[in-house]
Amino acid sequence: MNPLRERYGQEIDDILAKYPQEQKRSAVMPLLYVAQREYGYVTREHLGQIGEILAIAPTEVASIVGFYTLYHDTPGGKYRLQICNDLPCALRGADKFLEGVCDHLGVKPGETSEDGVVTVEAVMCLAACDKAPMFQVQSAEGISYHENQTVQSTIALVDGWRKKEETK
Amino acid sequence: MNDILLRHREIKDIGQLAVYRQHEGFEGFKRAVTGMQPDELTEMVKASGLRGRGGAGFSTGMKWSFIDKNAWPHYVVVNADESEPGTFKDREIMESNPFQFLEGVALCAYAVGAHTAYIYLRGEFWQLAAHLDASIAEMEKEGLLGDNLFGSDYSLRIYTHLGAGAYICGEETALLESLEGKLGQPRLRPPFPPSFGLYGKPTIVNNVETLANVPLIVQKGVDWFRGFGTEKSPGTKVFSLSGNVVKPGNYELPLGTTFRELIYTHGGGITDGRKIKAIMPAGASSSLIVADDKALDTPMDYESVPSVGAMLGSASIIVVDETVSMDWLINKTMHFFQHESCGKCTPCREGTYWMRHLTERIHHNQATWDDVILLQDVASNVKGKCLCALGDFSTEAVISSITRFRGDFEAKVGAPLSAPAEAELKEQVSN
Ligand SMILES: Cc1cc2nc3c(=O)[nH]c(=O)nc-3n(C[C@H](O)[C@H](O)[C@H](O)COP(=O)(O)O)c2cc1C
Ligand code: SF4
Ligand code: FES
Repeated sequence: MNPLRERYGQEIDDILAKYPQEQKRSAVMPLLYVAQREYGYVTREHLGQIGEILAIAPTEVASIVGFYTLYHDTPGGKYRLQICNDLPCALRGADKFLEGVCDHLGVKPGETSEDGVVTVEAVMCLAACDKAPMFQVQSAEGISYHENQTVQSTIALVDGWRKKEETK
Repeated sequence: MNDILLRHREIKDIGQLAVYRQHEGFEGFKRAVTGMQPDELTEMVKASGLRGRGGAGFSTGMKWSFIDKNAWPHYVVVNADESEPGTFKDREIMESNPFQFLEGVALCAYAVGAHTAYIYLRGEFWQLAAHLDASIAEMEKEGLLGDNLFGSDYSLRIYTHLGAGAYICGEETALLESLEGKLGQPRLRPPFPPSFGLYGKPTIVNNVETLANVPLIVQKGVDWFRGFGTEKSPGTKVFSLSGNVVKPGNYELPLGTTFRELIYTHGGGITDGRKIKAIMPAGASSSLIVADDKALDTPMDYESVPSVGAMLGSASIIVVDETVSMDWLINKTMHFFQHESCGKCTPCREGTYWMRHLTERIHHNQATWDDVILLQDVASNVKGKCLCALGDFSTEAVISSITRFRGDFEAKVGAPLSAPAEAELKEQVSN
């Protein structure tokens, strides 16, 4: 039996029902989101399991993971802090904000904090340019937006995550 | 200001189905399904003069009329990818006025004979997709979606589908590929989606804002709609204003409003009382307009913006003030385009790589005029030679900034441009 299918049977059935029966492949992106929820990244086993559900090769599933930036094939921090420093946000101080957050956490963009809680990433426009500085947080719980931020408010948020992880 | 698309700013709870229905919500859809032929609806939208708000400004009614009636089934796919830097209007519409948007999707589907519509949202709109799913479920419960709508034999279902972070998926054929579960890479065209779209079937792809206009056109009529905007660009537009302005945000104004009114009257002028330097009217894909009086007094509509050397596009107005140097700015835009090039065709894949590399050098004071000229040369060689418009988009800011803001590059390179070099630059641009 396919472990993904076993664990998320109903959810996967609901996803498959969105697309014509002979076009199951359309479900590859939503299924990757389901898989990624498990550990924060997509494992090799996932590729095979999704391939099996959709009757496509695991390498094809892997190529989708590689093409889209919101899928990850390696573990990162529990929380991915994705700061937008694209042009409109940068005109409103996003580069400085990114630097400030990185300095505080002792990481460079792309790196994960020593305790494994947070990975800071610089990302492209997130359709929130009027509320810069801003970032999104990608974690097992999904994606949330945080707008009109300061370095202080951001560090407070990260501290909250750390507390949560400690008590786990 | 006119709140037609951003009606939630006037009617606070319009985002609730009951309130939307109190304001004649879904009356138009009901009237269409029970009393109008699909073609009648298409003709009405054609007569309204509504043009696509996703960037190209193509007549919406005309597009609908192209749907191939010899092949079935038909699909409607909504472009909710909204990834152009500086654009954040579709998000506000879907978040705060979702039912007007969804009624627009339903009307489009009825007009083109589709029984299934997909809303393709950028993956970052994860919460928004959940919100739309809930709105769709409510509609099903009230008999506004499903089988035999309003006692007719018409049925319709709407589904959301999340992308996963790729700007190119906003290009309509890449979007369709992505929705089919493949890499988001553009298709060769023709054939165009109205004859060969999703799963190879006739498909209409429209932008969120485009469709959000339709319910009120049906409800209030073509003449009412044409009362806003200009003869050739009727209606209102949500302008996303960002960059160095006091009050960035979405402003819904008639098409044909001037840049000056948007930036100074509504946007509160430039941050810290500084002077305006340049405007990018179509996000990062835009040429840079020199923000002189002539430009500021130009009406923002599809016909007028080209007269000052740019396109209206998605109407994402990025304002740049006097403290910004263009070498920094194009380094930013090239960073974006190199990252987002899908790699399918060589001029764009290689060109964006080299342009990024050169803008990096120039910005970090490691360049001479030769590098600037080479950059311009690469840009000219990418332009017009790519499979999709992203390649061209990547060159707009580069070419326009070097030709229109040469002083910035002279300062960066530390030397004025020599006469022979100037001749070379000119030749490249005219090629
Ligand atoms: C690189 C690229 C990105 C695009 N991104 C978007 C987008 O995010 N949203 C959108 O509606 N249209 C986008 N478009 C335009 C679409 O290809 C298409 O023209 C549009 O969805 C048609 O809808 P409309 O007629 O309602 O404007 C993009 C085009 C290109 C070439
Ligand atoms: S122009 Fe660029 S983005 Fe478009 S198909 Fe070619 S490589 Fe892909
Ligand atoms: S540039 Fe940062 S959200 Fe648009």
